[in-house]
Amino acid sequence: MDVKVWRGGAAGAYQSFEVPRRESQTVLDVVTYIQRHLDPTLSYRFACRVGMCGSCAMTVNGAPRWTCRTHVDKVAAGGTLEIAPLANLPIVKDLVADMREFFDKWARARGQFAPGATPRGEFAAVRPDSRERREADAGIECIGCGVCYAACDVVAWNRDYLGPAALNRAWTLVNDVRDGGQAARLAAVSGDAGCHSCHTLMACTELCPKKLSPTRSIAGLKRATARYALTNRDDGE
Amino acid sequence: MNARREVVLWIAQRATAAILALCVIVHLATIVYAVRGGLSAAEILGRTRGNFWWAGFYCVFVLAAAVHGAVGLRAIAAEWLGLRGALAEWAMTIVGVVLVITGLRAVVAVVGA
Repeated sequence: MDVKVWRGGAAGAYQSFEVPRRESQTVLDVVTYIQRHLDPTLSYRFACRVGMCGSCAMTVNGAPRWTCRTHVDKVAAGGTLEIAPLANLPIVKDLVADMREFFDKWARARGQFAPGATPRGEFAAVRPDSRERREADAGIECIGCGVCYAACDVVAWNRDYLGPAALNRAWTLVNDVRDGGQAARLAAVSGDAGCHSCHTLMACTELCPKKLSPTRSIAGLKRATARYALTNRDDGE
Repeated sequence: MNARREVVLWIAQRATAAILALCVIVHLATIVYAVRGGLSAAEILGRTRGNFWWAGFYCVFVLAAAVHGAVGLRAIAAEWLGLRGALAEWAMTIVGVVLVITGLRAVVAVVGA
């Protein structure tokens, strides 16, 4: 099988390798074969190999995917593979993308739990069937692989856009009734860099390996920010 | 960036879109109905002149279109031209004001005696 692999940094190029086809072969198997048998200088990132860690995401034949859970059968219809680092992120080397801006945007979207001002004596009672708990559950399984971020056209147009994963994370916290930082969070996810720039293209939702729907979370943020703006005079900053 | 202002503009865009959807349907239905007997300026003016309801309808139409168009062009300017900040805000305001003035002028022209 002919496999084209991105080599070098942003000014790099594809290099071709001939890799033997095997049964149940994953794209990560292909990359590992190249490094072990053909060129030990190939850089790529992986850890768990079973779809738990989210570190092996790459662009495979044009779409961002977890390479460990992507069988060659499913994506190499023409018998060829083209593997590149994740799009919308700086390239470190070969197949390794620099994830810093991706995770920095989680922080900028106020993706951290903010404790309330005064500790209460009692634990907050959160019913598993409450609307907020179910909304949080729907988005909380994100493992931060960056597939949605690489798939998002709005990220490509607008370098400040927080992206699907960070906004999805913010939405899970908007639904956390214990959180005390909602005004600042809703302000952080508003406007040009936030949820209002989403065009509902749904590439994030189509490609999320965890089958989450960041689009739905972003729609929730649009409703929550609108409700907050109509019922509060302050701008949350 | 004032977050509240951004959200209010977004709400204005969505709300005017809903108003425009109704207005455009009424407008198109009127056109289809009106052209059946042949189209003439006298016939149009006969229907609109001094008519309080058409005046009100087209005032709402003009104001909704001005707000919707101005906010929408601001978003397009940001995404396609990278135009953000004070210049984009002023351009948006000018477009909105020009749309209101020219639109209301047209309403006065067809409704006024």
